[in-house]
Amino acid sequence: MSAAVEETSMGIDNRKLGMWVFLGSEFMFFGAFITAYLLYLNTTAGGPDGEIFDIVYTSISSFVLLMSSLTMVLAHNAHVHGDMRRMRLWILATALQGLVFVGGQAYEFTKFVNEGLVPTGSPFASAFFVLTGFHGVHVTVGVILLLGLWSYSHTGKVKSDQPLKTEIIGLYWHFVDIIWVIIFVVVYLIPWG
Amino acid sequence: MRRIPSRTSRQRRTARGIGLAVMTLVLAGCSGEQTMLEPKGPFAQDPDTLFKYVLIVAAVVFVFVQGLIIFTSWRFRRKDGDTDIPEQVHGNTVLEIIWTVVPLAILVAIAIPTVRQVIALAEEPDGAMVVEVIGHRWWWEYRYPDSGIITANELVIPVGTPIRLEMRAEESGAPDRGVLHSFWVPALAGKQDVIPGRVSTLNMQADVPGRFLGQCAEYCGLSHANMRNRAVALEPDDFDAWVAAQQQPSEVAATFAQLSPEELEAGVIPEGVPEDVGRGYYVYNQSNCVACHAQMTTAPVASAEDFQARQGPNLTHLLSRKEFAGAIFDLYERADPDDPNADFTDEVNVDLLTAWVNNAPSLKAMRPENGVGMPSFEQGATENTTGAIQGGLAPEDLDNLVAYLLTME
Amino acid sequence: MATTTAPPQTKSRSLLSRPTALDGFKGYLATTDHKKIGIMYFWSVLVFFFFGGVASWVIRAQLAVAENTLVNEEIYNQAFTLHGLTMIFLVVMPLGAAFFNYLIPLQIGARDVAFPRLNAFSFWTFLFGGLFLYSSLFFQAVPNGGWFGYAPLSTQIPGNNMAFYAVGLQIVGIASLSAAVNFITTILNMRAPGMEFMRMPVFIWMSLITNFLLLFALPIIAAALFMLNGDVVFGTQFFQPATGGDPILWQHLFWLFGHPEVYIMILPAMGIVSEVMPTFSRKPLFGYTAMVFAGVAIGFIGFGVWAHHMFTSAVGPIGRVAFGMTTMFIAVPTGIKIFNWVFTMWGGKVRFTPAMLFSVGFVSMFTIGGLSGVTHAIVPHDAQQTDTYWVVAHFHYVLFGGALFGLVSGIYYWFPKVTGKLLDETLGKWHFWTWLIGFNLTFGPMHMSGLLGQPRRTAVLPAELGPDVVLYNRLSTAGVAVLTISALIFLSNLITSLRSGEASGDDPWDARTLEWMTPSPTPYVNFHEIPTVTARDEFWERKYAEAEDGVVRPVPAGASQDHGDPAPVGDTATVEGTGNANAVPDDIAVTEDVALAKVTSDDHGGNPDAAGDAEHHIHMPDPSYWPLISCVGFIPLGYGLAFASPTLIALGALWLLIGMFGWILEPVAEGDDDYDPDVVHA
Repeated sequence: MSAAVEETSMGIDNRKLGMWVFLGSEFMFFGAFITAYLLYLNTTAGGPDGEIFDIVYTSISSFVLLMSSLTMVLAHNAHVHGDMRRMRLWILATALQGLVFVGGQAYEFTKFVNEGLVPTGSPFASAFFVLTGFHGVHVTVGVILLLGLWSYSHTGKVKSDQPLKTEIIGLYWHFVDIIWVIIFVVVYLIPWG
Repeated sequence: MRRIPSRTSRQRRTARGIGLAVMTLVLAGCSGEQTMLEPKGPFAQDPDTLFKYVLIVAAVVFVFVQGLIIFTSWRFRRKDGDTDIPEQVHGNTVLEIIWTVVPLAILVAIAIPTVRQVIALAEEPDGAMVVEVIGHRWWWEYRYPDSGIITANELVIPVGTPIRLEMRAEESGAPDRGVLHSFWVPALAGKQDVIPGRVSTLNMQADVPGRFLGQCAEYCGLSHANMRNRAVALEPDDFDAWVAAQQQPSEVAATFAQLSPEELEAGVIPEGVPEDVGRGYYVYNQSNCVACHAQMTTAPVASAEDFQARQGPNLTHLLSRKEFAGAIFDLYERADPDDPNADFTDEVNVDLLTAWVNNAPSLKAMRPENGVGMPSFEQGATENTTGAIQGGLAPEDLDNLVAYLLTME
Repeated sequence: MATTTAPPQTKSRSLLSRPTALDGFKGYLATTDHKKIGIMYFWSVLVFFFFGGVASWVIRAQLAVAENTLVNEEIYNQAFTLHGLTMIFLVVMPLGAAFFNYLIPLQIGARDVAFPRLNAFSFWTFLFGGLFLYSSLFFQAVPNGGWFGYAPLSTQIPGNNMAFYAVGLQIVGIASLSAAVNFITTILNMRAPGMEFMRMPVFIWMSLITNFLLLFALPIIAAALFMLNGDVVFGTQFFQPATGGDPILWQHLFWLFGHPEVYIMILPAMGIVSEVMPTFSRKPLFGYTAMVFAGVAIGFIGFGVWAHHMFTSAVGPIGRVAFGMTTMFIAVPTGIKIFNWVFTMWGGKVRFTPAMLFSVGFVSMFTIGGLSGVTHAIVPHDAQQTDTYWVVAHFHYVLFGGALFGLVSGIYYWFPKVTGKLLDETLGKWHFWTWLIGFNLTFGPMHMSGLLGQPRRTAVLPAELGPDVVLYNRLSTAGVAVLTISALIFLSNLITSLRSGEASGDDPWDARTLEWMTPSPTPYVNFHEIPTVTARDEFWERKYAEAEDGVVRPVPAGASQDHGDPAPVGDTATVEGTGNANAVPDDIAVTEDVALAKVTSDDHGGNPDAAGDAEHHIHMPDPSYWPLISCVGFIPLGYGLAFASPTLIALGALWLLIGMFGWILEPVAEGDDDYDPDVVHA
């Protein structure tokens, strides 16, 4: 195949374009859950309402997640410059922060369940757990991708002249962060009651 | 409407010629007992007028487009051996603007009256009589808050008065449970969904007396097909008489209500009440009938609370209704047994009623084991049904019970 | 010309090595070839169509007689639910996907889709999703809450019936979503040089719009199905009125997906008709630009009409007015399309092959469906029509008379491209006329029975509705008998033509678009050389030129305008092998599949490597078992979600994870992976 044909029509890599397209779809997915949550903001069926949230605690874990976007950028930047050692470092830092976030969420869920906010308790509780839970699943998938990227950078599967792979995973990671910003505002900052 | 044992015996034999069939196709449904083409009141009339006007427009467009397709296909067909290449026309801006603008204009012409009517139909009409409609699986209940009447299947209304239906879905007396239904009597109004946890409204009015067919129109599970309803429009005087009769307690039940608790405990049958009816009264109240089917024992007004938690229809005036079990069975014989829409006689269909009381799930698909529908009381067939009596009803108890039901006029 | 072949090389095998079989049964299991995947979609659809047809027979047999007791309510409810689910999700949508698969790369001048393995993954996921849904038969838990699965009924039906619904649709939805990402990327990014957006065939445009609709509509239903799945199986409270849940939320989410879904089903058919009509009229499509923008408009407005399914539900007067308006005005772009099709024929030399007959049938029948659709926008009267057979008639005219007629037209049209053989024309015409008559006999009377008050989804046809309604129902049942015969004619045509059909040649219809430049059946590489596109009807422009006197004549042989390729032009009237600008000698066309070497470039997302004589090699995606292996994970995951088994869910998730890693680790180059220059098809 000639070089001219190998160029894509939009001048952008297939995988990158595909990731953008996929993320467009993801926005609708979370949009549906956010809609359900907003609808059920006050539908607690006598169970716990949003008072149960510990805003300070979640703010800290949210801050960790936001910072992971920064390390993700640094990782990509290092990769662009071919500095695989620093790229690995930042990738690991990003994954670690993602894990901290997921761990924090697991702790938070456990705490809520013990305090009586259970997914089967009310539409509010169902919407809360499913919305934030699906976000947690997305972060987990992102962590797995990052760890994969990290290990493949050792095996030669990801080479120093392939920053695109880091960029694409970065796209996904930033999306997960942006969605969390929206969820955080909707769930923890919008007043209830 | 059906009768046991064979539902098929009921259908009218349609021995009509092909010619007539084609004609009925063309004549657009002049005969249908549940037709939406013959409105009998203003809330059905206005949409119908609009619809028929649009139908004419659609017919013109239909003829034009199909004619154009057929003409073009014929006129420009390729003949054998024709290898010429036609002029390569890529489009025509003027034409394309025309077939954008003309349909748009037609649609605007349709849209304006539509908008007006939507707004008008949503408003509560002046001087409307309110009736609460409750959709159960699988029957309709009606409550008249002004007169304290609670009845089922047949919505009785006065001619000429606008009716405001306030509708909800309920199950086992829980006002926020149940499933979606849709109330529909095409001759009087369009349909409106009935939604658990919400109250929806519908206006209807009958301009002529009559018995109008309807049917639940939102899929509500297993026996959706068997959830039918009627609207019975009466002249104002007849309606008033009906109201007065409905406000009376059931005669036998009222007689028993005067007994002391001790007498009731001892199974006393009051003076003037036949033996079988009296025994039937005790079956009704000591078996599980009364758990679901309330009965009005004091005049003049029924208290809705009494009926709140009951799953089944109010049976106080069972015999004032012509059909039962979600209006799928005739309570009274018809003048012509082969015509499902023939007039009713005065003769009660006792065998059918007895069969129903004995084993209702065998006649109408229900799920008593899940708390939806009437259980079987047949002897030896009651293991898995909640609410059924251990061992079922003995034959003589069944006969006495039916004898008692037949007093509920 | 890129017909140079490389000697086959042997490769070292390892656990993670890539399969190399290109043909035979294993070739299908591991294929990443968009053409084979398209063919597999097609045959799967035929099987599901059979089962959907059986379900429709249950419905029609029951309603042929008033007060019938042939089947009980439970069976009937399962039958109409399964019929709807099958025809929508397992027939019309995947049949559209079959065409996307086969045609998108060919029509845009590409060698495959952007993500070939993801493409295989989409197919296997679809197949497993369909089989999962049908496995409910063995659990006596066939979905019985209607294809629309309205809550709270769907959450209250005892048993696992609606769990199979929620999970089955979820799996099928994942298939469509991954396919949508793939096709959108392919169309945006892999067009041949010179194929600008406004030079794309209309089918490509409609595919692009359809896949964007899928992309944005499917996640909504995915979210709703997760909620329903939770309510049915795990006790969440999304749609439970008892704790304050709102059943109307389900309706909004469902129809936010459900109405775009209607256009997802119809737009591919519109694209097909827009290809078939110009070819057989020997004229370009009338009003190409209007066609494209009408399609785009339908796509956009399609997201703004959903609440017209809820006029009798909980939508207030303002909502009723707003959605009534949008519903009316979506008729405008649809009308534009209909007139443009008719005027494509106008002034042409129309040849009525079966493909053309089905396309004309599409325009005619779809018009009827469109007109009855406008009546739904009369909101006050919609309250009478909705949930009656008037609506059943309407959407069958749109989805059967519309979508299915168009798709069948496409089968007749592209069958020669896929197989190199012609479908028998006489049988095809029998098929068309019996199909048209049977269709109208089945669904025409439903207009009447609907207006006379027969509601949908009722297991019993009440005799009280009157003898006319009973008669109309009997006619409908007779119509299904005719349709069944018609389908058998079609099936026999398919089978006999596959075995002993007349050879078609490369360009039997004297067609206009790029796919007909390839030999028939399409070779593994599609194009030996990627064509450079200079015009909208590129292939036609290469075959014919308009002289100064305005007369269109064939371009003389050897005078092709495109970089001097030999363009043999024979008899212009529907001859074989006409104007194959990219023709290769027969022996190569037959054998090159297995003898192609690879280009030595690395990162295949479009960063070309300056590998020496790269243009003499064609890089094709390698087969892979990983898409199939990964999909197996949906089986434990699906049953786990349907039966509330955390073990199965964990097993399924782990399996998918392993599948993902196997996928990534798989050696060898392709569009989205690393490249191993040692491996070659053996």
